[in-house]
Amino acid sequence: MARLTEFQGKQLLRGAGVAVPRGELARSAAEAAAAAGRLGACVVVKAQAWTTSRKAQGLVRFADSAVGAGDAAAAILAARADGFAVTEVLVEERVAIATERYAGIILDDRRRRPVLLVSARGGSGIEETAREHPESVAELPLDAVEGLPRHAARELWRRVGVHGEEQRNLAEACVRLAAVARAVEARAAEVNPLVFTGDGRAVALDCRITVDDAAVFRHPELGIDVARELGHPPTLLERIAWEVEKDDYRGTFYFLQMRDAVERGQRVVAFHGAGGGGSMMGMDALARHGFAVANFCDTSGNPPASKVYRAARILLSQPGVDGYFGTGSGVASQEQFHSARGLVKAFLEEPLAVPAVVRLGGNGEEKAIEILTGYTKALGVPVECYGKDTPVDACAARLAALVAAFTPPPPRPPRRGPGPVERPYTFSTPTGEITYDHAVCARCQSKACVAACVPQILALSDGVPVLKVTREDAARGRCTECLACEVDCAALGSEGGHVALEIAGLDEYRRARGLG
Amino acid sequence: MAILVDERTRVLVQGITGREGRARARLMREYGTKVVAGCTPGRGGESVDGTPVYDTVLEAVEASGGIDASVIFVPAPLVKDAALESIAAGIALTVLVGDRVPVWDVLEIARAAERAGVDFLGPNTLGVLSVGRGVLGMIGGRAESARSWFKPGGVGVASRSGGMTSSTGYYLSRAGIGLSTLVHVGGDGIVGLPLPVVVRRFEADSETRCIAIFGEIGGSQEERIAEMMASGEVTKPVVAFIGGRAATQGVRFSHAGAIVEGGRGTHAGKVAALREAGATVVDAFDELPGAVAKVLEG
Ligand code: SF4
Ligand code: SF4
Repeated sequence: MARLTEFQGKQLLRGAGVAVPRGELARSAAEAAAAAGRLGACVVVKAQAWTTSRKAQGLVRFADSAVGAGDAAAAILAARADGFAVTEVLVEERVAIATERYAGIILDDRRRRPVLLVSARGGSGIEETAREHPESVAELPLDAVEGLPRHAARELWRRVGVHGEEQRNLAEACVRLAAVARAVEARAAEVNPLVFTGDGRAVALDCRITVDDAAVFRHPELGIDVARELGHPPTLLERIAWEVEKDDYRGTFYFLQMRDAVERGQRVVAFHGAGGGGSMMGMDALARHGFAVANFCDTSGNPPASKVYRAARILLSQPGVDGYFGTGSGVASQEQFHSARGLVKAFLEEPLAVPAVVRLGGNGEEKAIEILTGYTKALGVPVECYGKDTPVDACAARLAALVAAFTPPPPRPPRRGPGPVERPYTFSTPTGEITYDHAVCARCQSKACVAACVPQILALSDGVPVLKVTREDAARGRCTECLACEVDCAALGSEGGHVALEIAGLDEYRRARGLG
Repeated sequence: MAILVDERTRVLVQGITGREGRARARLMREYGTKVVAGCTPGRGGESVDGTPVYDTVLEAVEASGGIDASVIFVPAPLVKDAALESIAAGIALTVLVGDRVPVWDVLEIARAAERAGVDFLGPNTLGVLSVGRGVLGMIGGRAESARSWFKPGGVGVASRSGGMTSSTGYYLSRAGIGLSTLVHVGGDGIVGLPLPVVVRRFEADSETRCIAIFGEIGGSQEERIAEMMASGEVTKPVVAFIGGRAATQGVRFSHAGAIVEGGRGTHAGKVAALREAGATVVDAFDELPGAVAKVLEG
């Protein structure tokens, strides 16, 4: 997750020379008690969870003994923060506070600069402070390359009425905070409260740092396993989705779960958007028709069919949804038949057992509609596909009608893999492996794969399809994973083509939940 | 006139030897854009579909007799260097198509552009298209689609969403309302030419009579347009739709960020600010063409 925990943030601050309380992480009451013993009994125990108002929720507790710290930790570890379990607490020494201030580095979209925001009134939410006591808040735009000059930080604190030794020490802490923000490429780095202690030190009592998702790749030292701002610890399915996205720079796949348990009949649907604006319109339309979404998903930026396929498989691994709804802006610049093929492969393999309505408007939409509706007829569940001249509201209305009239078909086994292959011809693709059964191909009348292959890298040799390019080139990207040699082959040919696209961890995940 | 690009704009494509660069250079040319040079470090002397390739941007500028705009098609981690090179060469407009460009890289690009007095569009943008004149980036996807989807006329279109830029343009054209320029300002939080700046350009453009905005929740761009209308800086009619009434999820939102922006970013706040400033804000997206038509008649 691109949000660092308080503990991680404080370690970064400490490394940069900002004083933080001594503290240890604990995952159980016993660990917390032991930590408190080492820290000197008088401690604070804090849930390591990204939620506002931890104190009000009982997620921050004070203790005066090791036993008390253990009890506090037990209470916090049994609680839930915003519906998600708390797995770690931070046990910290208590600090003698003289004053509580606020300091934060944030990025300002208007000035296109980092900004240092300080307030003489720390502790409570900075938003309310800015509203109720605007005179206590001041901001300073920074140079993205040169950072924060020490004198400017002092001057800023003076503007909110902080003077003398405190001013100098808080300013120094801010200079270092700005350096940390720059170093880890934070979108926001906030210390609230930043306290001045009775013995004259500036100490960061809390720390919240959000790292730019797009920069996570160059910060392995942060150990961020899911570079997504989710608002909760990543779910297993979100981790699986992130593995799909992580190293595949062809287009974008974003997946976020809104709820972890869904039951049939609750009018919750799997949502597959394309592009931020179009997705937003789609979710608004669903809401108008009384639907909630199980997840947010966005495949955009011209992703290959393979990525759309993997996204759809992940969406369909959310049991209990009443339907599948896909939409983009309606007028996409990218060729829509790629998405259509990805969806067909996923729907057939699953097999899809709820109504689906997908709006694939834009370039190549006629072909996309033909592929998605034509190739999924055998499923026995309604799959409807629309183009740019059908508004998204009409699509949501169609889904509502289909869901209302729907009787689930008898369960079918999932359809995966080619089965036994007599004369395999295989080659690697950028993220998978293709197999043609040349024994089947030899008997195939249509040879549909050759004409349908979007980058035209297949040719017939002795009546069976083979690569026209080298295997290395195919694996390096000449095969664009358009999936035509499986999807069009299944519809028009003799089912001799198969594209194996692994999704790491998904089978295990599904087995554990009793999904096929 | 139109804004940002027209039939005279001389265009460089950085990363022209890559798959995307090659394909998009073709789209731009087929739509009538003057693509005069390409640049890929280490590939100088080659040519791509007849367009000469140079090692450096400055070399391309010198050899081609002037460049007005550069469109960058390189992977996200390399965008900063490419953009800084274009800015250093003094090119008036750099278009950053790539997405996932780290935000601190964008801050550095913004700093350099500000110092050089030049503009950049994006990152994470489909680009800009002046109907019948030229396109930078990939709006429309194919030249024939762009020709059939967007008809010429007097409405300027801008959005933070690429798909919705095309979509707004298409539905207006289908309703018989012609367009001057379509601008996708880019989907990221920090961009080179945000909506208010684009609106200012439309205000100054003699051909644009009305400005259609597809706005969305988050950030402060729509509110700034309202401020400009209220202060009289923008006098042309603005018709807007704001997406995201029900969907707040999946959108970046930082509490402290909201303070710098003055507590903005909500759907209701944006709609109210724009209406108060005199803009027409429609409640449903498909009411947009009708509302624009009415404004044009009035
Ligand atoms: S269409 Fe399928 S069965 Fe026919 S030749 Fe191609 S891969 Fe083989
Ligand atoms: S071999 Fe051709 S048809 Fe098959 S997935 Fe690759 S690009 Fe598509």
